[in-house]
Amino acid sequence: MDAIKMTGIVKCFGPVRANDGINFTVEEQEIHCLLGENGTGKSTLMNILFGLYHPDEGEIYIHGKKAAIANPNDAYALGIGMVHQHFMLINQLTVLENIIIGKEQGGVFLDRKKSEEKVKELVERFGFKVDLHEKVVNLSVGMRQRVEILKTLYRGADIIILDEPTAVLTPQEVDELFKILRQLKKDGKTIVFITHKLNETMSLSDRITVIRKGKVVFECDTKDTSEKELATQMVGRSIETVVGEKGETGRILLEVKELRLQKKAKETVSFAVHAGEIFGIAGVDGNGQQELEAMIVGNQNVTEGKIFLDGTSIENMPVKARKKHGLGYIPSDRHKNAMISQFSIAENFLLGYQDNPEYCKHGFIQYDNLKKDAQKQAELFETKLASLDQQIGQLSGGNQQKVIFGRETSHEPGFMLVSQPVRGLDIGAIEKVHKTLLQLKAQGKAILLISAELSEIMNLSDRIAVLYEGEISAEFENGKYTKEEIGLFMTGKKAGGTNV
Amino acid sequence: MKRLKNMNELGKSLAAIGIALIVGAVFIMLSGESPINAYGALLRGALGSPRSIANTISKSIPLAFTGLAVALSSRCGMLNIGAEGQLHAGAMASVFTALALSTVLPAPLLLLVSIFAGIFAGMLIGSIPGFFKAKLNTSEVIVAIMLNYICTLFTSYLVNGPLKAPGSTAQTHVIPEGVWFPRLIGKTQLTGAVFLLIAVAIAMYIFLWKTSLGYQLRAVGANRSAAGTAGIKVNLFLIMSMVLSGGLAALAGITEVFGKYHRYIEGFSPSFGFTGIAVAILGRNHPAGVILTALLFGIMDMGSLRMSRVTDVSTNMVTVVQSLVILLVAAPELIKWNKNRKRG
Amino acid sequence: MAEVNNFLALVLQLSVPIVLGALCGTIAERGGIILLGVEGMMLLGAFAGVAGSFFTGSVFVGVLVSILVGVIVGWIYALFCLKWKAHQSVVGVGINLFASGITAVLVKAVWHKEGMSDSVNAVSNLTVPVLSDIPVIGALFKNQSPYLYVMFVIVAAVWVLFYRTKYGLRYRAIGDQPHAVQTAGINVNRYRYIAMMASGAIAGLAGSYLSLSQNNLFISNMTAGRGFMGLAANIFGGWQPLGSLGAGLVFSIAQAARFYLTEFSIPSQLVQMLPYIITLLILFFVGKRVKGPEALGKLVD
Repeated sequence: MDAIKMTGIVKCFGPVRANDGINFTVEEQEIHCLLGENGTGKSTLMNILFGLYHPDEGEIYIHGKKAAIANPNDAYALGIGMVHQHFMLINQLTVLENIIIGKEQGGVFLDRKKSEEKVKELVERFGFKVDLHEKVVNLSVGMRQRVEILKTLYRGADIIILDEPTAVLTPQEVDELFKILRQLKKDGKTIVFITHKLNETMSLSDRITVIRKGKVVFECDTKDTSEKELATQMVGRSIETVVGEKGETGRILLEVKELRLQKKAKETVSFAVHAGEIFGIAGVDGNGQQELEAMIVGNQNVTEGKIFLDGTSIENMPVKARKKHGLGYIPSDRHKNAMISQFSIAENFLLGYQDNPEYCKHGFIQYDNLKKDAQKQAELFETKLASLDQQIGQLSGGNQQKVIFGRETSHEPGFMLVSQPVRGLDIGAIEKVHKTLLQLKAQGKAILLISAELSEIMNLSDRIAVLYEGEISAEFENGKYTKEEIGLFMTGKKAGGTNV
Repeated sequence: MKRLKNMNELGKSLAAIGIALIVGAVFIMLSGESPINAYGALLRGALGSPRSIANTISKSIPLAFTGLAVALSSRCGMLNIGAEGQLHAGAMASVFTALALSTVLPAPLLLLVSIFAGIFAGMLIGSIPGFFKAKLNTSEVIVAIMLNYICTLFTSYLVNGPLKAPGSTAQTHVIPEGVWFPRLIGKTQLTGAVFLLIAVAIAMYIFLWKTSLGYQLRAVGANRSAAGTAGIKVNLFLIMSMVLSGGLAALAGITEVFGKYHRYIEGFSPSFGFTGIAVAILGRNHPAGVILTALLFGIMDMGSLRMSRVTDVSTNMVTVVQSLVILLVAAPELIKWNKNRKRG
Repeated sequence: MAEVNNFLALVLQLSVPIVLGALCGTIAERGGIILLGVEGMMLLGAFAGVAGSFFTGSVFVGVLVSILVGVIVGWIYALFCLKWKAHQSVVGVGINLFASGITAVLVKAVWHKEGMSDSVNAVSNLTVPVLSDIPVIGALFKNQSPYLYVMFVIVAAVWVLFYRTKYGLRYRAIGDQPHAVQTAGINVNRYRYIAMMASGAIAGLAGSYLSLSQNNLFISNMTAGRGFMGLAANIFGGWQPLGSLGAGLVFSIAQAARFYLTEFSIPSQLVQMLPYIITLLILFFVGKRVKGPEALGKLVD
C-alpha cells in the first residue's frame, strides 16, 4: 500500500503557482527522494503534507485513507513527522525538553523522569549518540538534526520528511545521517528526502520524483536511472543557457591574500580577479561564501589576511569608501541588503551613493541629477516601471535586480562583487542578468561571481574556485573539470596537480 | 500609485477618527447625555469665536511638538516613548537658565540661550535611549520609560525644593517679562510659539526629504540592514534620531512654560508626551499630518472644557476618544480598506 | 524592634501592586508580548472594584468584578496584539490613556463629581496578635491586607506553572522561538491569549488592592505609575516570577523610605528615582546578558 498519495495538489502564492497539479506517491518503507532545483515547489508540497500550508486544490491519502491535515498536530496524529531545513528547536531548552515539548509525559505537571525514560528508549533503539541534558544552543549542527529526528520519532512518526537535510552538514555528518536513515527504513519507517543534490539522491534513495516549476516531470526507481538523466530532467532543456567566452584580461583589480573566512578553517584563502574576467566561487551554501561576501564589502571585520581593491588594502576601509574606490555590489539577499522596498525607485538609486557630490550638494539631495541618471540606467537595462516615484517593492524581482544593477554599474566600478544574482528570479530575468554580467565583463570589469548554482558558475566563469569549509578546495580554468568532478571538490576533495 | 496610497492612508486615519467618535458617542449616551449636544458643545467651545479658535491653536502647539518628536524618531524606526520626560527636562532647563542668567544677559539673547538650554536638555535625555539601543541593543522603549520617571521626579524635586518660589504651589519664580513669548491675540493663550512650530515643521520636512542626512535617517528606519550595506552608519542615526526627537519634545515644554505660565509649574503637562504618540501615528509620521492631527486634538481639548460645563460629560471623554484613535490606527489589520485581500 | 517591623510592614503593604504588576509583565513578556499597558489595566481594575462594591454593597463582588474586567481588557489587548497585529508598545500607550480617560468619565457619570468616587465597602487589614510581635517576620502579620497573602500564593503558583508543568515549558519556549513551538503542534496564539487574560486578571486584582484595600474609593489616576514600576521590576528581576517578587520588594523599600526621610531632609523624589536609576544601570552594565525573551514582539500566523 502507498504510505503517501497526493493527487492534483495546487498551491498558489499570489500569482505564483508553487504547486501546479502535483501527483506524488510514496510506498511504505522506502526512502523516496524529492528532487528539484531551488524554488521549484518541493518544500511547499511537503509543508502541505505536514499541515503548515493548505492546498488550494487536491487530495491527500495516508496509508490509503483520505486525510485532512489542517495543522502539524493532524500530521503527527497520522504518523507524519518533518525535519525542517531551518531547525525548529528552542535554543535555551535542553535536548530532552526540545524532544518532548508538546507531547510531555505526566498530567499537568511535567514528569521529567518518565519523559527521559521514554526518550532514552528511543535513543538506544536507534543508536543515537546525544546528551539529553545539554542545552541545544551548545550542540553542533549535526547533533541538532539528530534531535529533530528524535523529535519526530518520539511523536510516533512512521513517515519522516527531511527538507534539504544535508545543506548544512559536513561529509562525515552526511554519512552518519544516511546511516541513521537506512536504519530507520529497516525499522519500518518511510522516508521522504528533499534535495537538489544528485549524488545524494543516487546513493540514498529507492525511488525518485523530480519536480520542475511546480510540476512532476519524472518518476522512477533509482536503479533504473543515472545522475545524467536526473540532471536533464531537473533542469529541463527548454532554457537557453547563456555561456561566456574568454576575452582579454587586464590587471588585477581584486586580490584576496591569506584571508581567514571561518574560524574552523585550517587554511586561509587567496585568489585574484583580473579586469575583463568573471571569477566564479562555487560551493555548497555555508562554506564561507557569506563571510567572503561580507568581508569584501565591509559588513564583517577581517580577522586575518588582506583584501586589495585595485592595489589598495581595504580591510579597514568603511563600506562607503570601498564603494568610492570602485566596488560595485549585488548582494545575495536583495530584499535585506540591496533595496528599501517602501522607498521610490529614485530613492533606491541613491542608496549607497547618498554622499556623492553629483547627488548631494551642501547636504541637499540633487533630485534632478538623481532622476536623470536613474532614468538613463532604467532605459539601458530596459527596466519596466511606471515612474521613478513608484515604490521599488511594486516591481517584479527581475526589474528590482535591474534597478540594482543599474545603480551599481552607473558609478563605473572597476570591480563588481555579484552574489547569487538570480536567486528568486524567473527564467527570462535570469537570462537577462546573465547577459548583463557578460556585457560587464566585455567592458573590462573584474567580476567575482558567488553562486550556489553550479551550472551558473560553469556557464559564466573564466576561472573557478570551489569553497569547502572556509577553504578553497580547488581553483582552475573553467573547462578543465566536468560538473561531476567539481561536485567532488564541493564535498571536500582537493584538486590534484597544479592550481592555476 | 503614490497618491493613491496616500489617499488610502488618509482614508484609514479618517475612518479611525470616525469610529473613535462613534464609540465616544456610545459612552456619552451611557452616561445619560445626548452625543449631539455634547459634540455640538465641543465644537462651539473650540471654534465658536475667534478667541476660542486662538486658544484651540494654542492647545495644539505642545501636541504638535511632541507629535513631531515622535514622528521623527519613528522615521528612523525608534519609538520615542520618552517625550514626556524630555519635555519636562527641557522646560525646567530653560526656565532655570532664564532665571539664573536674568541679570547677566539682555532679554533677546537670554531668550535664545534659554531656549537652547532647554533643547539641549531634551536632546541629552533623548540621547540615552538612543545610546542604549545603538550600543547595547536594549529596547529604547524600556529605557525611555525609566527616564520619564527620573525626569518627572527630578524636576518635581527641583520645583518643590531648591527652585521653589514662596507659597503653597510647587512652582518657580516668574521669568523676566522680556523673555515671555509674545501674545498674538489679547486674552488668549496664543503666542508666537505658533511661528516657531511652523518653522520647525517645515525644517523637519526639508530635513527628512531633501537632505542626505534625512534620507539616511529614513533609510535606517525602513531597512536597517540595507542601510548598513549602503555604508550608512546605522548606530549613529539611531542615536541622532533620538537626540533630535528629544530636542523637539523639549520645545513642547519650553513653549508651554515660556508662553503660558512664565515659570516652571509642577504638572504643567497633561501627558503631552504620550498624546504625541497618537498625534504622530495618526499624522502618519509626516509633519503636515502631525500638525493637522494636533489641531484636531487641540479642538477636542479646548472644546471639552465647554462640553463638560454644558453637559455632564467629563473633559476626559476627549482622552477616551484620543486613546481609541491610537488603538485603531495602531492596528493595521483592524481597518482594512480594500476587501480584495491577497490570495493564499 | 517595633520600628523595624513597622517599616517592613509598610514595605510589604506597598509591594503588593508593584509585585503583581511585575508578574503581569513576566507572564505576558515570557510569551513574547510587549506589555506596556499594566498601568491602564490596573487603573481599570481599581475602578471596576469600587464600582462593583458600590453597586452591590459587597467587597467580595467588587474584587471579582475587578478581576473580570482585567480578564476582558487582557483579552482585548491580546486581540489588538495578536489578531490585528498592532504595534504592541503603542497598544500599551493606548490602553493606558484609555483607562485614564474612561475611568474619569465614568466617575463623573456615576457619582457626578470630578476626580474621585464615593466611599464604598472595602477590605480591612488584619493584625495577628502574637505573631506580629516576632521580630522581622512579624511584619508579615502586622496590619496587612489579605491581598498580601494572595500575592505570595500567586507568585508561587506562577513559579510552579512556569517551571514544573508542561504548560510552563511550552510557554517559556514560545517567548523564545514561537515558530519552533508552533511546528511542535502547539497553538501558540491560544497560549498567548490565555496568558494575556491571566495578566489582565492579576492587573485587575492589583488595581482593586489600591482602591478597595489601601483606600475605600476610586481616585483619578490612582495607580500613579505603579504599573510601570512593576514593569521595571520585571526587567530588574530578569523576567522571572521570583525575580519579580524580589525586585518588587526592593522597589517598595524605596517607596517606603520616603515616609521616613522627612526627618533626614533627603527629598523623597530623589529616593523614588533610585529604582529607575538602578534598573537603567543594570541594563547598562549587564544589558548584553540580561536579555528579555528573544521573540518579544514577534507574531506567528
